[in-house]
Amino acid sequence: MVASRAIGCLRRFTNASRTLHCSGYISRNFTSSSALLARTHINYGIKEDVAVIRINSPNSKVNTLNKELQSEFMEVMNEIWASDQVRSAVLISSKPGCFIAGADINMIAACKTPQEVTRLSQEGQKMFEKLEKSNKPVVAAISGSCLGGGLELAISCQYRIATKDKKTVLGVPEVLLGILPGAGGTQRLPQMVGIPAAFDMMLTGRNIRADRAKKMGLVDQLVEPLGPGIKPPEERTIEYLEEIAVTFAKGLADKKISLKRSKGLMERLTSYAMGIPFVRQQVYKKVEEQVRKQTKGLYPAPLKIIDVVKTGLEEGKEAGYLSESQKFGELAMTRESKALIGLYHGQVLCKKNKFGMPQKEVKHLAVLGAGLMGAGIAQVSVDKGLQTILKDATLTGLGRGQQQVFKGLNDKVKKKTLTSFERDFIFNNLTGQLDYQGFEKADMVIEAVFEDINLKHKVLKEVEAVIPAHCVFASNTSALPINEIASVSKRPEKVIGMHYFSPVDKMQLLEIITTEKTSKDTTASAVAVGLKQGKVIIVVKDGPGFYTTRCLAPMMSEVIRILQEGVGPKKLDSLTTGFGFPVGAATLVDEVGVDVAKHVAEDLGKAFGERFAGGSLELLKQMVAKGFLGRKSGKGFYVYKEGPFRFVDLYGAQKIVDRLKRYEAAYGKQFTPCQLLIDQASANKKFYQ
Amino acid sequence: MPHDLARAALSGLLHRTNVPKEVVDYIIFGTVIQEVKTSNVAREAALGAGFSDKTPAHTVTMACISANQAMTTGVGLIASGQSDVIVAGGVELMSDVPIRHSRKMRKMMLDLNKAKTLGQRLSLISKFRLNFLTPELPAVAEFSTSETMGHSADRLAASFAVSRLEQDEYALRSHRLAKKAQDEGLLSDVVPFKVPGKETVTKDNGIRPSSLEQMAKLKPAFVKPYGTVTAANSSFLTDGASAMLIMAEDKALAMGYKPKAYLRDFVYVSQDPKDQLLLGPTYATPKVLEKAGLTLKDIDAFEFHEAFSGQILANFKAMDSDWFAQNYMGRKTKVGAPPLEKFNNWGGSLSLGHPFGATGCRLVMAAANRLRKEGGQFGLVAACAAGGQGHAMIVEAYPK
Repeated sequence: MVASRAIGCLRRFTNASRTLHCSGYISRNFTSSSALLARTHINYGIKEDVAVIRINSPNSKVNTLNKELQSEFMEVMNEIWASDQVRSAVLISSKPGCFIAGADINMIAACKTPQEVTRLSQEGQKMFEKLEKSNKPVVAAISGSCLGGGLELAISCQYRIATKDKKTVLGVPEVLLGILPGAGGTQRLPQMVGIPAAFDMMLTGRNIRADRAKKMGLVDQLVEPLGPGIKPPEERTIEYLEEIAVTFAKGLADKKISLKRSKGLMERLTSYAMGIPFVRQQVYKKVEEQVRKQTKGLYPAPLKIIDVVKTGLEEGKEAGYLSESQKFGELAMTRESKALIGLYHGQVLCKKNKFGMPQKEVKHLAVLGAGLMGAGIAQVSVDKGLQTILKDATLTGLGRGQQQVFKGLNDKVKKKTLTSFERDFIFNNLTGQLDYQGFEKADMVIEAVFEDINLKHKVLKEVEAVIPAHCVFASNTSALPINEIASVSKRPEKVIGMHYFSPVDKMQLLEIITTEKTSKDTTASAVAVGLKQGKVIIVVKDGPGFYTTRCLAPMMSEVIRILQEGVGPKKLDSLTTGFGFPVGAATLVDEVGVDVAKHVAEDLGKAFGERFAGGSLELLKQMVAKGFLGRKSGKGFYVYKEGPFRFVDLYGAQKIVDRLKRYEAAYGKQFTPCQLLIDQASANKKFYQ
Repeated sequence: MPHDLARAALSGLLHRTNVPKEVVDYIIFGTVIQEVKTSNVAREAALGAGFSDKTPAHTVTMACISANQAMTTGVGLIASGQSDVIVAGGVELMSDVPIRHSRKMRKMMLDLNKAKTLGQRLSLISKFRLNFLTPELPAVAEFSTSETMGHSADRLAASFAVSRLEQDEYALRSHRLAKKAQDEGLLSDVVPFKVPGKETVTKDNGIRPSSLEQMAKLKPAFVKPYGTVTAANSSFLTDGASAMLIMAEDKALAMGYKPKAYLRDFVYVSQDPKDQLLLGPTYATPKVLEKAGLTLKDIDAFEFHEAFSGQILANFKAMDSDWFAQNYMGRKTKVGAPPLEKFNNWGGSLSLGHPFGATGCRLVMAAANRLRKEGGQFGLVAACAAGGQGHAMIVEAYPK
């Protein structure tokens, strides 16, 4: 999750050549060339009386707030403040798709003590405070990612204009790295968007799109992205954004544009309520409760964020800034933060295809089996533009799968991340069918049929009879050895495992399994498809349980043992979530399916013998035999059917009868228990045996 | 209702041309926003205007080039030997558009129709909620992108760096030229229309030459607060109908008519409905010129549909850009921008108004009449349309 909300983490360019970095059109409109000093990350020019400051870090796709950029920025601002010619300024990035992606993580990683990190934070705070107090208005013109330190910089400016582009996202994702917005963000955001929205942003780290940001009051104006005109769309859009920003900068300097934002009724009510100390205290309490519930107290950053915000609001700015920088220092040194940053780096690595470009790009995909997994795989494929066939054996199964894909897309329409037209256009990429028509064009087939080796063999043979020579056959399995599946293949070099996790559209991980015979190009192809589907990918060898199941299985074996020793599933769940697992162990087995767990346990038990012999397989076998298959069958370690009769069973018929009789005595006949209930109680029988 | 206006156009045409009703083989009308009661408005208007009930009629729709589609459909019928005499036209009634009940309300009403017992009916009625009554208005917005046309025009103007002042200047030119043409009696294709219960409309009533200062005061209408497209530099929506007599040349001569003009080559184009929604003329112009073996220099009268000042000026810039021609149109060189002194000299949609489905015939007639009045052989008609489509046609003056 961290990776998708990337905060820039670039190597510092200590060796970057100190050359002027500005591409073609950028300097054309400058009237003053003296301002064009050779700087590495920033250059600026003057349009009439507006200074246009352009950020463009060399040799990188993104701008990152590092020491050099910061010092260059301050240099430039000092010049602007000193200049008589300049009355206002515009701050803009020359990179399409990125304003400033965040602070340089390595800058923090290089620090040895919390005090060092605190100092970093204080430098940032001072810089942004100076900017905030600027007597010449500064307009941040935002196109592309504006995250972390980038957003903290933007909200220190007097005005913000953003392009209404899908690539333009604003957010403070620091919490996902176990730290907090350490350059005044915790203090300015509550002022700007209100306390509840600020908490939401800082505690979830979520990305906010430009139109939403406008509604929240995070940006003041939106600029629509342009199509082709006198220049390519991206280039012209940035230029247009700059033109508009310059107009607003002038307007602000001339006091023609008011900085006050007209607030909606709800907003005014909220801000009124937040003015009452008692209400604020309740909000802090509520937010903290929620955080504690969700994190089980395992993550220190969210709690510190609440603390810092509270300090700023209750004890004043100075105390707030001090608290922010100190807590920032403390958090940066925690092992939680180091682990989250490690996870982030790992995810970045897993978003690259180290097997190179496949010889043939996959454009036509076929998925076998329209169950939960198959339809999920189809969904994450069609919305990336892959022409996808979804094949099932029955019309009912296929219809269910098609509906799943449609619902997934339609939910996005409801959330307004897709228009209904886009939904229809995407859904059109899906072809549902019961036969193998069109498979002669498929570049890849992913089978997601039932986990049964004979069935997998059957479909592999059927598919190989109809697909072209270059087509990859991928098997979605959680435990069946890919070697064994490939044993009946005429072309084992084209067979690979792609292990998705349920629900496919939410779970980021994809485990790709290669056999000794799998060719490198096949692997490259599978990784390319996975990346296109937005997955974080690990590529592993074909061992028992692959990687993920191999990791999980020993734990689950011990979990069974604990259950056998008489620990209840609820207790087990609370123990495991308390340790840090997002889903409790007993619930996990129910979700995955007891039968699947049994399969895995059997297979791995054979492979590893006594190393996996903690719990008894018998328990799982008996559960399966009695129909306790987990959530899908309504009962597993937990019972999922909840009705009045089951309540009677659980509570005890006798107890209910006793209670009703007491009420009857007190209130009258309406409480007289019925005959069935009395029979049930006297015979000590249950509705569900 | 729309068929009333269409009928008036047909009657006017009969009156002007004296063509016997029986010789008309086929009638085609274009329209955009359909009145559901008269969805084939061509047929209803023809019957009302007293055309023979043996003369078939159909209605076409292609957004702002619907009347153009009606004309070229007629050309096709003549070329394929189906017909000799065609009446083509268009109609739009913007002052009364169909406003629908919400989907929920429609569903309830339809279900009520099917309900058999009182119980069923009551249970349906009990599901009624007040929000069912929220009406659905037709929007001048693209279905595929949900963007209104004015918004798209503003973005287009920005893409081509067309300033507010340029747009206002162009709009003012359109109004001034229209006024001049009206005063000089050049807009001879207008017929009076008696509005029931109101006065007779004898001329285009939207021509309002203002001043640049006045126009500069207006706030942007679509991209707020900094956009450049305003009410003053956009075409206005109006009621209108048009009709035109199209014949095979030999048939016309045999009947003793002297034609006004030839309809020569035509093309239809389409492109990205989001970012190039209104660039139809840019794409269509070089294509139709090539087809006719002409160059821009051969054209004496340009008649382009003026949806927005910004749209016209953006098209000029696109037509005058080698970069755009090479990167987006797959052409080696630009076609060039039309010279302004030959362009929409009698006003255009900005000043005369834009009744969607009817505008096409007005453009062609303006080109034909200008060629007769100003002299010259070739006219070029071009228009953009919703859906990212476009059209261009070569009109040639009939030798005197």
